[in-house]
This record gives sequence, structure tokens and C-alpha cells, in this order.
Amino acid sequence: MSAVAPVVRTKVHVTVNPIKCFAHGLCAELLPERVTLDEWGYPIIDGRPLNEDEYRHAVRAAKSCPTLALLLVDGR
Amino acid sequence: MSINTLSDRTAADPTTLPRLLVTGGVAGATVNLRTHRSLHGDLELPALVRGGNAELRKVVAAAGLRGRGGAGFPSAGKMNAVAAAGKRSVVVANASEGEPASRKDQVLLRTAPHLVLDGIQIGAMAVGATDAFLYLHRGSPARAIVERALAERVDDKVPVTIVAAPERYVAGEETALVNLIDGGPAKPKYVPPRPFEKGVGGRPTLIQNAETLAHLALIASHGSEWFRGLGTPEDPGSSLVTVSGAVATRGVAEIALGTTLRQLTTALGGTTGTPTAVLLGGYYGGWRTAESIWDVPLGHASLRSAGASFGAGIIAVIDESTCGLAETSRILRYFANESAQQCGPCLNGLPAIASAFESLTHGRDRKSANQTINRLQRWIGLVSKRGACAMPDGAAQLARSALETFASEIDAHVRRGPCRATGTALLPVSSAPGRDGWS
Repeated sequence: MSAVAPVVRTKVHVTVNPIKCFAHGLCAELLPERVTLDEWGYPIIDGRPLNEDEYRHAVRAAKSCPTLALLLVDGR
Repeated sequence: MSINTLSDRTAADPTTLPRLLVTGGVAGATVNLRTHRSLHGDLELPALVRGGNAELRKVVAAAGLRGRGGAGFPSAGKMNAVAAAGKRSVVVANASEGEPASRKDQVLLRTAPHLVLDGIQIGAMAVGATDAFLYLHRGSPARAIVERALAERVDDKVPVTIVAAPERYVAGEETALVNLIDGGPAKPKYVPPRPFEKGVGGRPTLIQNAETLAHLALIASHGSEWFRGLGTPEDPGSSLVTVSGAVATRGVAEIALGTTLRQLTTALGGTTGTPTAVLLGGYYGGWRTAESIWDVPLGHASLRSAGASFGAGIIAVIDESTCGLAETSRILRYFANESAQQCGPCLNGLPAIASAFESLTHGRDRKSANQTINRLQRWIGLVSKRGACAMPDGAAQLARSALETFASEIDAHVRRGPCRATGTALLPVSSAPGRDGWS
């Protein structure tokens, strides 16, 4: 038995509405796999599709964003 | 010769220029409706049908018309998207011309307002629109001319409302324009939805540059083959350009796409010094050394393959009497002041880029110049594609092209201080606007 669960990729990726974003930075804490912060605290997004684990983190990050600026996009 | 020589033949001959800036005898005059009809013929207007006129859109596609507002997007593609998005759509003619170095839309409206107004009606028919707007910048001298022209037209099917934009660089962005017409500030909005799906009043909206609509009027009248009688297969037709700087005759000219800068400047009486560099495509465009771009055909496709952009046809030629670094510094500071302050990467990044470029231009940090260049390059990458509108991308492209084109000048400024031309200013920027004035 493998110690690693098979990675299932979804077609979902994250993006940010830059007008809504006020650099709270929670997304980078909750989804470090896809979000880093620039020197002013605004998110730099990796727009590659998420696997199922990352997807769960992304949903949590999107729900936690105080301005609801982090968005999940289905398909490319 | 492919330059507008103010000759006054009608536009029926496909190889004759000008097509748009035909005055009917008096240079500088506005063509009234009667003269307009005698010059261009009565337009055969197709019927306004629900969902738009697909035949008309096919003619536009065959003509290969590209938007003349900067992005060069194929007009037929936009029209098809609006027509498919739903009924009761809206047409907006964008003549806000927020680009300070551009004059072409003003010149077009003052010369041939009925070509643009015909184009609005035809655009409306192509997509099935029932309302139309003409978007001008506030205080535009063209407004009174357009109002007089509108009063002459009694057969228009679709009513046209004039809307005045504040003089902000980004007020001409499609989403900013929709925002203002809907009663908001002229600031860009996040997309999606794009205006072709949900624009003015939530309705599908066809937004075309004023010059694009003027070409559309002529295509509807003379056909796609006629349109292709000038230009190249990839960049068909004629285009208005605004020429400034070290050229004997400055102003707006109509050229066949595919004309080179060498041909254009020769027709304008030559250059006034030895050209060193050219700003092509406007302030979102980029610098190129004159040598590298002088013989490249002007057009979206040809300039893109040469790593440059045609944009809205802005061409600024500089010689030794102008400092490209100082010009770039002033435009970058202008961009920082023009930010709508909505997106973090723009409101933080643009002032940082402007300050760093200023310190290189004025040779302030001799010891840390390499660090400044490294930081600039990092910020240029950092702001790109991270705003709601194209302003951070445009500023980044301008700064990047200046670092490449003026590499030896930067070196000289850093080692010996600013050059003699640093204090002179060529390219226009509007005076510091402050944070207000968006509606």
C-alpha cells in the first residue's frame, strides 16, 4: 500500500479580484501552495489547477477572505 | 504615396487616401451632412433586425477590420459576441482619447463627424442595438460639432447620447466607460463580466473606438474588397496616426497600414534632427531605437512581430535634443498619479517604479544604480497582469522598453549625471490631477 494517496486534479484554479483585495493576507496563510505575498502584502497567485486537497484549502481560504476577494474559477 | 495630402477625391477609389479625413474642398472645415452624402454616397443601411445583422458582420470579418483604439482586436469578433449575448444591446463610440499624445479622434470628429455617426448606426444594426452613446472627454472642442451634426440627422434609427468623461488616463477603459454611463465614477471594474455580456445598464454593449466606427461606415458602403485596397493582408485598410516630436510636420495623418516610418516622416517633410528613438503605440506602448524600427511596416501584426505595438497610432520621434529617460520618468510619474487607487499592485507599484526611474534619470544614486535597476526589473514583473485594468501592464511595458532602448543613456546618466536634454520636456502629460475628479 502506498503512503501517498492518489492526487486527483480538479479543473478549479484560484484568482483574485484586485479591486476587492485589501491585503489582509489570509489567503497566503491558508493556501500557501498557490498564494504568496508581494512586498506590499498583496497576493501573487499561481493560477494552475488545484488537486482535491488544495481545493479544500482553497475553499476555506476563499471563505475566510474578509473582503471575499479570493475567487475559485471552474475551468480555464 | 500613402500619406494624407489633403487632396479631395471621394473615397470610391480603393487605393485613394484619405478615406476618413476627406473635407470636400475646405481644409480644416467640418463636413456637413449634405457634403458628407455627396462625398461618400447615400449609405445603404441594412434593416435593424433583432439579434443584429449577421450578413453585415460577415462583411466586417472579410474586411479584417481591427479596433483602432489601441488593442487592435478584430471588430467582427466583438460584434458577434455582442449579438450573441442578447437583445436590446447598446453601442458606445469611444472618442475619450485619454492618451495625452493622441489627437486623432478629435481631428476625425471635427473633420468628419457624420462618418462616425453613420458608423454608430451601422454598428447598432450589426448587433441589434437600440441605444447608443458617444463618449468624449470633458471640455472636448468636438462636442459642439457633434451636437450640430446630430441635429442635422433626422433618419437615425438609434438615438445617440453624448457622455463626457473626466480627463483621466483610464477613463477610456471599457469598464470605466460603462461605470460612468451607469452613474458611477470613471474607474475600471473587475472583469468578468465583460461589457459585451453585461455592459451599460447590464445590457450587452459594443464598445468601439470612434475611428473604428468610421471605417465600419465605409466598409458597409463600399465592401470588404474596397477596404482591403489599402494596407497589408494582415493589417488591411488605412489608419489615423498622431505624429509628434522631431518631425517637420506634426499632427494627425491618415496612412495606409504597412507604411514605414521612413515613408511617413519623408512625406511629413523629414525629420528635424537625427532620430534616436521612437515611442510607438502611446504611453502603454514602448520605446525602440529609431534604427531598429524605421523600416518596419506600421500595423498591429507587423509591429507585434517586431516586438513593438501600434496601439492607437501614436508615434513620437525623438532626437539628441530630447532625453528618453526624462520623458519616460515624466510619463511613469503621470501614470502613478493617474492610478485609480483601486488595486494594490498599481497603487504601490507604479509610484515605486516612477521613483526608481527618476533616480536613474537624475543620476542620484551612482553607487547603487545596479540595485535600482534590479528593483525596477522586479517591480516591472510584479505589477504586470495584476490590476483590474491594463494600466500596470502598460506602465511596466513602457519602463521595460526604456531600460532596453536607453541602456547606454542610463549608464551615462549614472556615471556623469543627467544629460543636457534632461531638463526639456516633449511628450504631454496632464498636470497633477490629484485623487479626485472621477465623475
